[in-house]
Parts: sequence; structure tokens; C-alpha cells
Amino acid sequence: MTAMTASPAPGTAPGTRLVDLFERGLDAPICLTWELTYACNLACRHCLSSSGRRDPRELSTAEAKAVIDELEAMQVFYVNIGGGEPTVRSDFWELLDYATAHHVGVKFSTNGVRITPEAARRLAANDYVDVQISLDGATAEVNDAVRGPGSYDTAVRAMKNLADAGMKNFKLSVVCTRHNIAQMDEFKALADTYGAQLRLTRLRPSGRGADVWDELHPEPAQQRELYDWLLAHGDQVLTGDSFFHLSAYGQSLPGLNLCGAGRVVCLIDPIGDVYACPFAIHEEFLAGNVREEGGFARVWRGSELFRDLREPQNGGACTSCAFYDSCKGGCMAAKFFTGLPLDGPDPECVQGHGEALLAARPEDRAGIPKPSADHSRRTAPARGRRTGPVPVTLARRREDLDRPPVSACAEDPLAGLRAP
Amino acid sequence: MPGIDMDRAWDLHPQVSVRPEPFGALLYHFGTRKLSFLKDRRLLAVVQTLKDAPTARDACATAGVPAPDLDRYGAALAALHRSSMLVERTP
Repeated sequence: MTAMTASPAPGTAPGTRLVDLFERGLDAPICLTWELTYACNLACRHCLSSSGRRDPRELSTAEAKAVIDELEAMQVFYVNIGGGEPTVRSDFWELLDYATAHHVGVKFSTNGVRITPEAARRLAANDYVDVQISLDGATAEVNDAVRGPGSYDTAVRAMKNLADAGMKNFKLSVVCTRHNIAQMDEFKALADTYGAQLRLTRLRPSGRGADVWDELHPEPAQQRELYDWLLAHGDQVLTGDSFFHLSAYGQSLPGLNLCGAGRVVCLIDPIGDVYACPFAIHEEFLAGNVREEGGFARVWRGSELFRDLREPQNGGACTSCAFYDSCKGGCMAAKFFTGLPLDGPDPECVQGHGEALLAARPEDRAGIPKPSADHSRRTAPARGRRTGPVPVTLARRREDLDRPPVSACAEDPLAGLRAP
Repeated sequence: MPGIDMDRAWDLHPQVSVRPEPFGALLYHFGTRKLSFLKDRRLLAVVQTLKDAPTARDACATAGVPAPDLDRYGAALAALHRSSMLVERTP
């Protein structure tokens, strides 16, 4: 989310905080994530949407434009476009221009593969576009281990192209892992080199992230290191309100410090399904589809799931904790995909309340929910299909034939005629 | 904190979008990419009246701001000015 300032509130009853107003939800989301495609040229190990292959049910250009029309009518200021790799959609630039012409700003995340010098000039010329280049290591070694060989060079080339085109203040977007927490100063320096702003987000056990979360999520001491670094850098670094669970260390970080799922944020996935948040691609958090009658507005305003999320939440096991008011029990998706109860502590609770619960998970992780959709590229034939050799009969031509038999479709009147 | 001159003409920055909400309004500045909130419907009315009012003081009067509250509304406008949401306008 963008930086926020709240103007003083004349006439408002003392004690009314914005957080309390937002908990009840808004007429339209502030910050909407829209994954345009599940297709991706990379196969990042922690991909939150398990992307790779395009889904044949993907929204068409016309359907995507209809969604933009709705967002304009609802006065959604901007959308965060992602994927997959959104720029591999052949109509990506058309949709980008359509959105900005219809007063819907676009902030899009990319691995940089299509950010050529020409594309960079086009982006720099549009005031209503912002770009986030994803990079998960300040060195090629750390980054490529997670995002794949060559992905560091691709991202750096894209940043150079944007800087050369005069694009100011685009974002360098980093998912914080065990292997890059020590690189925060280097990330900041890298962003500064290209006139970009650093944006840090939390690793969630969503999508393929569930498979690598145990080995990649920051260790407790690293969480503290990150918290101190964030406090020291304040407003200079964006976090998308991602680390509110760290607020339980004491001082709140800048931002709303609230789980916005279904209240101020949501996700539209490539096939039009609307989920409570980008990190919760699971039936449990599916609110509807933009193709249904009434479209997105009806899902946002009428879905039963979203109505429930806008009710005051029960702190459950956390209610008695002195820090509940600052962390509100943490991230719903992080709890869900690690198999922890939703009304209990965050798996990365900084007071240590999640540790025993994590340790009690079964070795084989049985019973822990899996994402509803997996578009990972297959490295083996799909399960359930026939595997092994395909039987084919090869035979020699019958010896009494000196040429192939005449096809039933042969139109030549002399077809099959043998000269005496 | 420095205030704004209530006897001059003001308007929202041309790159600012306003979305009314039950509690007041959301403001988004496409240039600075910052979001702001108006926690009060009357403040929203003031902000919306600015462009047609000769001065900020007149805009407050038109929006029905009671005289004792004028300073607080002035402070709210000054905060919006500091975040580049408001700009001075030649009447």
C-alpha cells in the first residue's frame, strides 16, 4: 500500500481511529491486486500464486476492460497488477493504456523480462503508471537461488532501462527471506543507484511458498534485525503494510497495521475469481467471480465471506496477550497455510507464541490446506494420465501394392487408374 | 505548525482524486502516490467547495462550519497543503 497520511479530524469523536473505521470495510477497495495471468517465464520457488502455465479460462481482453470499467465506476484509485508475469499477456500494454485512460492508476509487478528501453520510455511517459521490479537477493547468488538462473541480470537490466528512460521512484520489490535479511543495506544502495524506492514484503506460505516456507522464512533473530532496520528507515522504505505482526515488538511500524483482507484489499485472479487477499488463493477465501451477474462490485459489496471478515474478529487464544492490540493476531493467510488456527497466533509471532504450534505440525504436513489452484509448469507428466511407452504398430507395405492405396478424398477422376 | 492563508483561494491539486466514504473521504494523489483521509463529511464538503469559493474562509462558511470550529478546519486544510493535496489558486 502507498504511504498514508491522515489529516486531523475536526468534529470526529476522540478515540475514533481510522483502523476502527476500516475494520468495517469500505464501499470499494483501496488497494486491489489483479493477477492478469498465471503464465510466467520464471518459476520462483516461493511463488505465492503457483504460477507457470497460462490458464485457458483467463479473462479475455474485453472481459478485462469490463472489469476496468467497473473499477472506474467504483473509484478504485489504482490496481496492483501482477501474475504470473503480467507483461507476457499480448494485450498487456493495451490494458495498461485502457486503465490509465479510465482514471484507474496501475502499479504493476514484473521480473523485468519485457522492460526493454522502448517499454521503459513508454512507462516513464505515463504519470499514472508505477512499476515494481521483483528481486529477492542483492546479489545474483542469493537471488537466482530462489528466482532462477539469469533472473538477477534481467531485473537489473530492467532497472537500468527505467532509470535511463527518466522513470523516477519506481519500486525495487523484495520478499524478505532467511538468505537476504542481512542484505537490506545493499538492497537500499541498489535502489538508490537507479533512483528507485525500496519496497519490502513478507514471505508468505502461499502457493509454492508453502513448500519452501520452513527453509526460507526469517529466523526469530532475523525478524528482530528486520524490525530494527525498518524502524531506522521509516517512511523511506515501503512495506505494503506487510509486517504488522512485527509491531508486537513494541513500537508500531508506519502503516495501518491491520489485516485488510476483504476490508480494504482483495485479489482478482486471472480467471476472474475474487479472493479476500493475494495470499489466500483457496476455496475458503473465495468470495465470487467477476463473470457472475453484478460483476466485481456485487462480490465486493455482497459476498457473505467479505461480510464475515468485516465483523469484529475474535482474538481467540491471543486475546489475553498484551500485544494483541498492536498485531491483531497477525496474518490470516500465514496461519491458514501453516495449518494454525485462524483465531490463534501468527506462525511468526514475535512473542514466540507460534513456535509450539509449528513444532506440533505432523512431519508429513498432513491435513494442512493446499492452494486451490496450481499452475506450476510440469516437470513430469500430469498425474492420472497414462505414462510409459505409447504402442504403435509399424508394418511394411503389402507386397502386392506398388504404391499407396487411393485416399477416399482423392478428387482426380483418374485416381487409382493403372496404366495397362 | 504553519497554517494556510484562509483569505486566499485554494483548490485540490489536479492530480488528486476524491472518493467519498461513509466516514468522510479518501484522497489519492497520483503524482506523489500518497493516500490521505478526510475523517469527516463536513471537511469533505469544504474541500469540494474550495474550487468555487473566493477564499478558504468562504468555503468553510458555505459548507456550514460553525465559527468556533474554523481554526480546526483551517488546520486540517493546512495538513492537506503540506502533503501537496491542496494548491493555491488564482481566483
